[in-house]
Amino acid sequence: MMEEAKDEASVLSVHGDDIKVTEVLKDGDTLTFLIISKKLSGTGEYHVDRTYDDFEWLQQHLFAQEDVPGIQGVIFPPLPAKPQVNASAKTMKQLGILGLGEWQPYCKAMETFLRQVAAHSVLCRNKAVEVFLTSSAPPGRQKIRKNIFNRLSQAVEEMRKEGHKDVDEFFQTERDRNLVLTSCTKTAAEKFLDMVLTEQKIAVACGHFSAALHLLVEPGEDADKQAFSRVCVKLSEVFESMKKNMTSVAENNMSTLGLGLDLESRHQEAEKEMLFRRTCKLVELESTKRNAEKAKPVKKLAMEEVKKAAETEFEHICRVAKQEITRFEKVRVEMLQQALVQWCEKQLLTAKESADQFNKHLQVFGGMA
Amino acid sequence: MADTARDPPPEHTDFHELEDGEEDLFPEPTATEEESQPASLPAEDISTNSNGPKQDSLFDDDPEDLFAEATEEVSLDSPERDVLLSDGPSPAITPITPPTSVITPRIGHAHDDMFTRSSFDEIEEEEGGDSFDIHISVSDPEKVGDGMNAYMAYKVTTKTSMSLFKCSDFSVKRRFSDFLGLHSKLASKYLHIGYIVPPAPEKSIVGMTKVKVGKEDQSSNEFVEKRRSALERYLMRTVKHPILLKDPDVLQFLESSELPRAVSTQALSSAGLLRMVNKAADAVNKMTIKMNESDAWFEEKQQHFENLDVQLRKLHTSVESLVCHRKELSVNTAQFAKSAAMLGNSEDHTALSRALSQLAEVEEKIDQLHQDQANADFYLFSELLGDYVRLITAVKGVFDHRMKTWQKWQDSQMLLQKKREAEAKLQFTNKPDKLQQAKDEIKELEGKVQQGERDFEQISKIIRKEVSRFEKERVKDFKSIIIKYLESLVQTQQQLIKYWEAFLPEAKAIS
Repeated sequence: MMEEAKDEASVLSVHGDDIKVTEVLKDGDTLTFLIISKKLSGTGEYHVDRTYDDFEWLQQHLFAQEDVPGIQGVIFPPLPAKPQVNASAKTMKQLGILGLGEWQPYCKAMETFLRQVAAHSVLCRNKAVEVFLTSSAPPGRQKIRKNIFNRLSQAVEEMRKEGHKDVDEFFQTERDRNLVLTSCTKTAAEKFLDMVLTEQKIAVACGHFSAALHLLVEPGEDADKQAFSRVCVKLSEVFESMKKNMTSVAENNMSTLGLGLDLESRHQEAEKEMLFRRTCKLVELESTKRNAEKAKPVKKLAMEEVKKAAETEFEHICRVAKQEITRFEKVRVEMLQQALVQWCEKQLLTAKESADQFNKHLQVFGGMA
Repeated sequence: MADTARDPPPEHTDFHELEDGEEDLFPEPTATEEESQPASLPAEDISTNSNGPKQDSLFDDDPEDLFAEATEEVSLDSPERDVLLSDGPSPAITPITPPTSVITPRIGHAHDDMFTRSSFDEIEEEEGGDSFDIHISVSDPEKVGDGMNAYMAYKVTTKTSMSLFKCSDFSVKRRFSDFLGLHSKLASKYLHIGYIVPPAPEKSIVGMTKVKVGKEDQSSNEFVEKRRSALERYLMRTVKHPILLKDPDVLQFLESSELPRAVSTQALSSAGLLRMVNKAADAVNKMTIKMNESDAWFEEKQQHFENLDVQLRKLHTSVESLVCHRKELSVNTAQFAKSAAMLGNSEDHTALSRALSQLAEVEEKIDQLHQDQANADFYLFSELLGDYVRLITAVKGVFDHRMKTWQKWQDSQMLLQKKREAEAKLQFTNKPDKLQQAKDEIKELEGKVQQGERDFEQISKIIRKEVSRFEKERVKDFKSIIIKYLESLVQTQQQLIKYWEAFLPEAKAIS
């Protein structure tokens, strides 16, 4: 059994950009993902089974790296919410498109998470990542103490700090932009999901209609009856094609742009959290400055020390944050572009296939005596 | 005359149109009956000497006739009924002298064995040369008047090369109640002899009230369009029927610039009530008519239509649900388009911003496609299935009439039997007057029985032909609608291909 991984710097021994989450097994509420990573040296692969809780273990380790300077300036790759059987409305909203019960998009989202972690110059050095990806035994299950990274621990009073005016124009702009983008992206993702759900409903309705048409088919030698039965059978096939078309359209939506918008939305939230942490540090810093100024000579030195420490930490965070923001911008644009291109290509292909299919049906009907 | 100025009283909406025009819950007093002369029907048609087929046996007021009250048609012998049930002196049966030169079927002549030769086939043969070429369109809905007196006038255009008509391209203005009036006349003339008269479109209080009140919104526009389309289909179905096409009321409807106002649609108290009572009586009677079906064909067909009815209703519900979802998809797509546009606006990255705005535009266009598709779903399929559900009701009605005809025949036979027995008894009494009376009655009844049998055979024959025609038409109808629908499907996909092909380079150009 692996002990809690020490936060030592380590080098990842697998190709970070090639990590695959190939399947998921469901056992009640437990989900087990099969993860395959390619070794850097040689041609071998690591095959490991990890549960959702193991992913959370990894994430907690990443959050807990307090000795890494400026760690709070990191935009942490977001982990998808845990899917649940009989999820509450709130959970369903949180899951968004990932809550539809389709496992392929969900696996893809988990895969993206791992790839992003592995691609992150700071995070990939955490031993937990290596352990997670390569150890045949499941990683430790000990609960790490919760830290301020945990969203839930942000008390209500702390939320007021969100609007605190910044000292740096770059960050103020970024905060403002992030605020707008977070809400726009969330809305777009939600509306997109509504579309997908309706498309699925249409597919189901077409399937029902197709099946019901078979009830109109009657045996008999009567020429007109036979002709009508033929018409009904052929029409049933048309509606079956319509069902296939709609199902494809919905799948394409989910697997490309749906995932993309969902990821973008969670990413924006992750950036928001980072910016908030920084803002909180800023507030803290300003408070230590005030304390240092106001301090009586007895305490003055101590307060100055505290102030200096806060300043240093804040500088680290800002430095890391700036890098992260630049990297983040690039990554998200690439990711959205890829999503849009794939989405467009898939829908184009589906449209071509469907046009073909409907044309064939048209010819059949045209040729019917 | 209270009713000319007022519009039809609130009509109930969920009474399905059956063989007859309508059942009004708010009947007008009989005094509102208006005697207006239809333009083209010669006056002599009302007289009892009319050479309309003498269906006395079906309609007379014989007190022992269990069905005297149960018919919904006008009797030539009963002037009061004339007034009650018709909206003009249009006879119950096809008059022999239509305005044009076409021969009408002479059905059920008691003493005329013309009926033996005027079968369907022969009518069609006697036609000679005039192939079916007529196209009717209903268009240009126009609101006439104001407030609750307002109504929609529709332009009915006929294009035809048939010699049946005076011109080859002509239009008239008609309102909804005119269509109902036409159907009412046709139903009263033809349903009871076995012809499947296409049902008229249904009334709708809500829909019309909105229009009257002047609400110019999408739902009232949709209502008017739905009605316009339904009226067009109704007329086309009616003229496709070779017998109905030649009916003078149909020709008058299509050609005549002025049409007497159809008042029966506004209900007449006794007629309306009468019909409602009759329907109830019918329902009871149906349960008690145990017909010895000697003809397996009828039994099988009746079963077939029962099944068809059930299945078509299911399919209709299914399509309505599809239409509903399609409209929902349109709404969702429009909302997504808006959210994508907002996202594009908030985006700093120029190329990404542009791509997102393009995405929003594409989605708006797709929304339009969804709306068009929803219309196709509805106007093609949903209405087709709805029309057939209503048509099947007419078909079932015709089968019911056959049963009633049989029953009438059987009743005459039983009565004859009784009279014969009574006469036999009277032989032994010394009552020459009564005996003579009995003999007279028997003679009359023998005639009735023969007539009853002939009527039954006739209606059976006509129904067979009608069902065959129905089944042929059904295949044609469905095929033509399906082809239109498939064309719409293909077109939608082709449009989508265009949109995606245009968007792809935009997406690729992001970085």
